[in-house]
Amino acid sequence: MEVSAEYGLLLASVLFILGMIGVLIRRNIIFMLVCVEIMLNAAGLAFIVAGSKWVQADGQVMFIFILTMAAAEVSVGLALILQIYHQLKTLDEDAASSMKG
Amino acid sequence: MQVAFYIAALVAVISTIMVITRFNIIHALLYLVVSFMAMAVVFFILGAPFAAALEVIVYAGAIVVLIIFVIMMLNQKEEAVTQEKKWLTPMVYVGPAILSALMMGELVYIIYVGESHAVGQHVVDVKELGKTLYGPYILAVELGGMLLMAGIVGAYHLGRQKKKVIHRFLKEKED
Repeated sequence: MEVSAEYGLLLASVLFILGMIGVLIRRNIIFMLVCVEIMLNAAGLAFIVAGSKWVQADGQVMFIFILTMAAAEVSVGLALILQIYHQLKTLDEDAASSMKG
Repeated sequence: MQVAFYIAALVAVISTIMVITRFNIIHALLYLVVSFMAMAVVFFILGAPFAAALEVIVYAGAIVVLIIFVIMMLNQKEEAVTQEKKWLTPMVYVGPAILSALMMGELVYIIYVGESHAVGQHVVDVKELGKTLYGPYILAVELGGMLLMAGIVGAYHLGRQKKKVIHRFLKEKED
């Protein structure tokens, strides 16, 4: 029995929406980074589902690119979080809502 | 095999909901690892075993460990030890352990039935993936390498602490 592509895409969209809700409702900046990771993972799942439907390797190739991008993004994001914490002494992102300069 | 897909999808959705509703970041990360593992099972069932392995290694391994490192770096005070003791009571592990046990059951089931023909889905194997990745997509691979290089340099530049300029006679007072 094959798993139909609709359910895979449904799962991807549910996970993406959950990640987006997380970004919107959380104010802790590490939580927001984690939710961005969930959203990227859901996007990768959509590519995998599409690649599985047409039996092509392109979906997995796109997943590997998303993985690369997520790894680079999380390292830079965590370095930024360290800087914000050292300057503001808090992880609340509302404290960093205004820029100086 | 469809049942395995539905169970894995359910575990992924439940653990993701738990991630975004926890107040404690360490508890959320426990559930996040379970969520990534459930996604790996989904990838495997969809006929992408290499993507499933990468999901476990890079997402559940590298990225989560990186986030835990940063959390541990941020809590350098005295109360951090007692706080950690308070966070990681045995009760915390129950939820992720149940969901992980479900994943374990699926793993045993998949191994027991025997892999590719029981999966039903057509498997896109690593050989085909490598041919596509280093054939038509070679330019994107090079761009990905440049992106990772920029990420390394950027993380080093941003994460560097500014050196404090303190006169050597004033050192005792500042400390």
